[in-house]
Parts: sequence; C-alpha cells; structure tokens
Amino acid sequence: MTRSQILNDGGVAPDDPAGDTPTNQEPLAPALAVNVRLHVNGAQHAVHVSARVTLLDWLRDDLRLTGTKKGCNEGACGACTVLVNGRRMNSCLMLVAQCDGSEVTTIEGLAGPDGHLHPVQQAFIDCDAFQCGYCTPGQVLSAVACIQEGHTRSPEEVREWMSGNLCRCSAYPQITSAVLAAAEGKV
Amino acid sequence: MTAPTEGRAIGAPRPRIEGPLKVTGAARYSADNAPPDALHATLVGAPVCQGRIVDVDASAALAVEGVVRILTWHDLPTFGPVPPWQAAVLNLPMQSDRIQHEGEPVAIVLATDIQAAEQARTMVTVRCAPTPPVLPGQGRRNLITASEEVDESGLVEGERGAPFRIGDVDAALASSAVRVSETWIQPSRHHNFIETSGTVARWDGDLLTVWDSAQASFIVPNVIAAALQLDPGNIRVIAPHVGGGFGGKGWVWPHQILAAAAARIVDRPVKLHLGRADQYTSTGFQPLLDQFLELGATEDGRLTALRHQVSNITSMTEVYVEAATEVKDLYACPAIDVSQSVEPVTVNLPTPMRTTNEGCGLWPLESAMNELAHRLGVDPIEIRLRNHADREPTTGRAWSTKHLREAYEEGARLFGWYSRPRGGRSEGNWRIGTGMASSTMGQIRFPGNATVVLQRDGDVVVRVDIQDIGTGLQTLLAQVAAEELGTSVEAVRVEWGDSDLPSTGPMYAGSGTVANTSAVALACRDIRKQLGEHSDTDDVLDALRQTDLPQITGDGRYELPNRVPMDMYGGDSGYAIRSFGAVFAEVAVDPELGIMRMRRMVGVYDCGRVMNARTARSQMIGSLVWAWGKSALERSELDPTTARWMSKNLSSVHIPVNADISDLITIAFIDEPDPYASVTGARAMGEIGATGADAAIAEAVFDAIGVRFRELPITPKRILDALAEMGR
Ligand code: FES
Ligand code: FES
Repeated sequence: MTRSQILNDGGVAPDDPAGDTPTNQEPLAPALAVNVRLHVNGAQHAVHVSARVTLLDWLRDDLRLTGTKKGCNEGACGACTVLVNGRRMNSCLMLVAQCDGSEVTTIEGLAGPDGHLHPVQQAFIDCDAFQCGYCTPGQVLSAVACIQEGHTRSPEEVREWMSGNLCRCSAYPQITSAVLAAAEGKV
Repeated sequence: MTAPTEGRAIGAPRPRIEGPLKVTGAARYSADNAPPDALHATLVGAPVCQGRIVDVDASAALAVEGVVRILTWHDLPTFGPVPPWQAAVLNLPMQSDRIQHEGEPVAIVLATDIQAAEQARTMVTVRCAPTPPVLPGQGRRNLITASEEVDESGLVEGERGAPFRIGDVDAALASSAVRVSETWIQPSRHHNFIETSGTVARWDGDLLTVWDSAQASFIVPNVIAAALQLDPGNIRVIAPHVGGGFGGKGWVWPHQILAAAAARIVDRPVKLHLGRADQYTSTGFQPLLDQFLELGATEDGRLTALRHQVSNITSMTEVYVEAATEVKDLYACPAIDVSQSVEPVTVNLPTPMRTTNEGCGLWPLESAMNELAHRLGVDPIEIRLRNHADREPTTGRAWSTKHLREAYEEGARLFGWYSRPRGGRSEGNWRIGTGMASSTMGQIRFPGNATVVLQRDGDVVVRVDIQDIGTGLQTLLAQVAAEELGTSVEAVRVEWGDSDLPSTGPMYAGSGTVANTSAVALACRDIRKQLGEHSDTDDVLDALRQTDLPQITGDGRYELPNRVPMDMYGGDSGYAIRSFGAVFAEVAVDPELGIMRMRRMVGVYDCGRVMNARTARSQMIGSLVWAWGKSALERSELDPTTARWMSKNLSSVHIPVNADISDLITIAFIDEPDPYASVTGARAMGEIGATGADAAIAEAVFDAIGVRFRELPITPKRILDALAEMGR
C-alpha cells in the first residue's frame, strides 16, 4: 500500500462547486423570536430577537459593534471571529439564540478599560501583522484563543492553527511572528 | 514643537499610524456605516449568461416581513453615459430586459433588516429567454490593431495591446542557434479581497453622501453623477479604509451606481454590502490568458528575437485588454514582434488585478528565459545578465535609474544561489528544487494634490483625499511631512478618505506613493517658501512664531511632464521609468502525492527610495504570497454548460492560508532614489513583487522533479498526471 493509494482509497473530497443559485422557497411564517440573555464585552443584554439572526449580524446591526467583520457569511474566512465563553467562534455560523447565558468578547472588548492594548493587539502592531486591516479583528481574537489553547509551540503549529483566518493582503509571516511574540510574553 | 526626529524620518521602519484603529476594530469600512433609517439591499442576479428577461415575479418576496420594495429595470431611471476609464462597465445593468452575463443584477431587494433582504432575494423568480453561452475557446479572437478599436458599444480602445514590431523577427528566428517556442496558460482568477465591495448611499435633498469601498474615490462622483445626471460637486464620498482592493475596486462598478439610484427611488438611505457569491460577478477578475512566446538566441545565449502573442477573454459587450505584452522592455533584443487579441465570451468584464500587464507577461517570458538557460547549460542569472537592457529597448531612452544587476547579485547572495544543488535533491519523501526569475513593473503615474498645515503649537496636518488600502501610505505621508519640515513624525496628523479633502489620484498600479508623497513634499516646500518671506531661520516653527499668523497652509500640486492626466513608463520625462527585481524560490514536491510546498523565497527589488522599510517589506511579502497563490492554488473556472463561475465562495476557491506560507521569506531593497520618478525619489512597490515569481516557482518545480509546467496553477493532480505520463 502506498501513500497515494491510501489517499485515493480514503476518498479525497471532490471539488465542491457549492451552489448559490437562487431557489424558490415558500414564504416563511413570521420569524420566530426568542428571549436571550448574554454578556457582550462584560455588558449584560436581555434581548428578544428573531431566531434566525446570527451573532455576527446582531453584533454589527443591533449593537453597532462593527469591529467584527463580515467576509463570507458562511464560515470560510474567519473575519467574524469572536470569543464565546473564551472559545473562538465564527460568529456568522452562530445564532444569537444559541448564546443564551454566554460571555461574548469582540475586538472592542479586548483592550483594557483605560484603552491599554491587549498584548496580542500590540504584537500585531509591532510585527506589522496586517495591511488593509479587514481580517485583523478576527485574526487578533483567533490569536488570543490560539495562545490560550497552547497551540503556539512552534511556527508550524501557529501557522496550522491560525489557518482558519484568511488574510488576502497576506501578512501571514508577520501574523505568525505576532502570535509567537505574544505567546512568549515578548510584548 | 517636539524634538526633531533622530536621523531621517523617511525610510525608517515606522509602525503604521492607523495601526491602533485596526487592532481595536475602530477603523471604519464602508459597510460599518448605517445612517438612521437605512434599508439593507441585496441583489438578485441573472440566472443565465445571456438572453432576455421575460418576467420578474417578486410577489412572494414582497410578502416577507421587513421587505419594503423590490426594484426591477422598469423602476430605474435611464442612466446617462458613464465615462470610460472611470466606470468599469459602460453598458450598465438594469436598463433593459437584456442580460449580458450570469449574475448581472436584475432586481434589488430593499428591506429593513438584512435577514429579510437575504431571504427575499431567494424568492424572486426571474424567467428568461436565454441565448446559448459562448465559452472560452468558442469565441472569435479579435486582434487589437494599431488604429483605435471601436466596438459595438462605442467604446474606443486605445493603444493598449496594439501590435509592436522592430527588426525582422521571422528572419532572426530562422537564423537563431536556439529557439524556445511554447504556449503558456494562466486561468481566470478573482481578487478575493476579504472585504466584499459595499456602498452606503444617503440623499439629503440634492446632495448625495456615499460611504464606499473604492481604490480611487475621486472618480466615484464623476461616474455616479454621469449616470444619475447630476452635478458631481453634489456628491461626497467617504472612503477612509478599504478592506483590500488589488485592482478590483479601482474603477466604479455598477453596484455603486445602483445603490445611489435605489436610495433616491425609495428616499431612504441604502446599504448594499455585496454577498461573497455576488462579488464574483459584480466586479471584475483577471482573465484567462493564453500566451504564445518565442525566443531566438545565439549559441552564447544572446537574444536575437522575441515574439509574443497574447490572447485574453473579455465580456461579450466590452473590450478589456490584459496587456501582457508590456514585458517587451525587459531584455535587449534586436527583433521584437508582439500582438494581442481578445476573445469575447459570455462572462462579466475582466479588470486589472495584481499584477496586471507584467505580472501576466513575465509568466511566459521568464519561463522561456529559464528554458533557454537550461537548453544552453548557462546559469539562469548569467543568461539574464547577457541580455541586460542598458537602455529601454523599444525606445532607446536612458533609464531613470536601474539597479537590476545589483538585485541579481544581492538575491543570489541572500539565497545561496551559486551553492545550490543543481537538478534538485531529496529529503525524505520530498524532492527539493530551486529557481529564479526577474521581476519588473513599468511606472504608472498620476498627478497628486495635498495640503499641509503647520500650526503654531507645532502640530502638522496633512490633508489628502486618498484611501487606506493597506499599503501604509498614510504613514509615509507623515514621514515625508516630518522630514520636509524637520518635525517629529508624532507631530503629524494625516486626514484622508473624504472628498471634502484635496482631490488626488488613485490607489492602484502603485501610483499612490509617487503622487502623494510628492504632493506632500511640495506642500511642505510651499510652507517653507512662504515662511522664507518672513524669516530666514531654518526652523519652520520659529519662523512661524515670528509672524502673527495662527497657522500656515502649504499647497502641493504634483504635475506630470506636459501636465498630462496620467503617464506610463516615464511619459514625457525624457527617461524610461521602470522598477526591477530578482526573485528566488525553493520548493518541495512530493512526487508520490503531488503535493508542493513553499520552502523559502528571496526577493530583492529596485523600486527607488524605500519610504518605510517595514511597510515596504510587508508589501513585498504580500506580493510573493499572492504569486504563490497564482502558481499553486488559484483558478476561477466557468461551468462548461452555463458559463457561470463554478465556485463563488472562499471554501472552493483556494487562496493561500497561513499554513501554505513559509516563514522563510527574505526581502531586500536596492534603496536608491529615482530623481525622475517622483519628488521624493520613490517608485511604486505594490505590484512588482507579484511579477516573475510564478516563473521562479515553476523553474524550482522543474529542478525538483524534471517536469516543465506551462499552465498554472501547478496542482497536485497536474503533478501526478505529468509524472505518470513520464512513466514515474
Ligand atoms: S464571515 Fe464568518 S467566517 Fe467569513
Ligand atoms: S490585512 Fe487585509 S485581509 Fe488581512
């Protein structure tokens, strides 16, 4: 058995030309609404919200916390990464309805109350780990979690565990440096 | 005033002045704006690639709670003609029942919340009378001729891609000792910036405010005003931060006009933030290119002939020329023959993408040079040195400055080029190979405008209507002002991204640095000149305090020779202005699995004066990663039955992720000012790094496994198929 046979027999996923063709649907009944209590950046919110509203859209449109970015709205880019109970999540893939009782941290809630930057934020500036900055809030929060998870033992490990966050400006080597610097307390 | 900066401000690796905004989420991009009462818009795209709309049934969609209005072409005003080279698309959508490409907007859903707008758009039924698609390879290739091409829409296509000949290429090829003659292909690719394009439009009576995602905000009022027939002076554009452009937000696209038109119709602000899938058909892409290239050379590797025939796809209704033939000035060659054709297919209009022109043309030229070197047993650097162009080949003009030889030398040293194992080596399951290529990008320039204000308290304000697309320009402007005025960089505040500020050129083709660092330097010199009338002290602040002025304002207008609105490659300066570089790659290929990995890359560039060593390095790393994507991963394919982009998402279109990219990317510069390119000595940096690197990577693959790839990307399947064909 060769390595290529294993791959072939194991069935590498075929290309997935995911569809987006508009399909006709029956009009839905008026959207179901739910009651949710959650904390965002330490502040408590008790909301009555339509069950279909994603955490991303709610943060951006209702709370006006626009630091969390929308890049794809389908879990492919990581621009919308936030921390939910300390874990990194794509907020476009989460409904507010799933967040009852949760603590959510967005990029606006990361710096200290006096505006003092979190070490990961400072490391991103020091290492020039962004260009346009659109992926940056997601990268920074993903990095905070990556460090907490302990996935920073080598550059290779950081690269692997930061690969859920796309950066089309391609600041990847600098992002890796920033994550390592913050992990090692060098900020 | 704070103490003057130690040493020089220009060139220092200053952190970006907008960095704190970006790491805290405070930087505002277009879709972060939500004027009170704004409606969310979504687009319904044409389901077929050409034909006519028979009927748009929006009744079910209108029943969705929150939907306010659904607009079809019947609801829209007749747009006025929009200006070419500013508007990307001249045949605007939603003006008739005609469908020009799949995904073209046919309806606009407006709703109070994004959930309703997204749901309703899937419920609009569009019935069409389709016409069969024309796919790449099925269209008629139209040769671009020297006379201006006028297509059916009345678009005049200028000199881009016009044939160019010197010498007798046929005779030179016939008598050449060696000849390389092949066809190179690169697929269509999209920009895939992480911020999809977005426009927020709000009317206050006759005044229109637009928050936009654009690389050239100064042309947005012209285009919207032309379409909606109003005074461009009534339009304010706010566009400080743009989440990546790479050419795709350079011109004004239809959605920007549609957002403004929709807001006027419903008399409410409208936010149109394109969905990811919509992006693939709402702006452009770099077109599929087929390039035949032929080199003739003497036995010792001196070029005798270059023939380069380029063909790219374009839309059915408009001509986009991807001028890959612009590489003809890289090497000294007595006989040159280049030509260009375009093939209309049923697809949206292509547009420039990092790196247009040379980025496309160096793929075959540098690959052919590597093949020639291999054929003759000459080192790839040596063959390039033997063909070094001491003057611009097509005009005989002197170069403004050129340090390509130093770039080869420094790159070879940093890479360890001359001590590399030739013919590759093995390391576990991997085969390791190395390759190199030249990089080049002709300078494109626009005029620039800036105002600088020196205040009595020592603060300096730079004002210029330019976008931040991530190049670091705003930081450079602070550095230039600090150096010109002898202040600290910290004392300089830069205001940008609002059309109420002095209007200046675009942020594309690397022209932003040239125009705007020049304009700011000139504005500072204007301050010094004015102060010179009051005082002869060299310290501007002392001089200001000797007057009774509260502040002093300097205006800087950077003009091109003969006051043209744009020039290329030196224009009327009397010099040829072009940047150069040398790029080296080491790749690993697993011949059993077909996997390819970047091991390390080195790039050394001659781009004039380096304005900020830190942001310059990031620009070049970004470019090399971009080139890796082109070489190994990216392609946008059309479905062969529907002419629809097959994958309209970031899961199935592969772009580089962090794990694809080695940390071992070394960047260096030949940091010599170009006095003819700009006031500050800078030339462009944004594009050159992504030129030639594909050829270097393909050469490294050849070195590793002995297979020449002439079609990109070099995927695992292609590697395995090629090795199987060779019986390995
Ligand atoms: S917006 Fe959520 S992953 Fe892209
Ligand atoms: S900084 Fe532009 S996408 Fe990452």
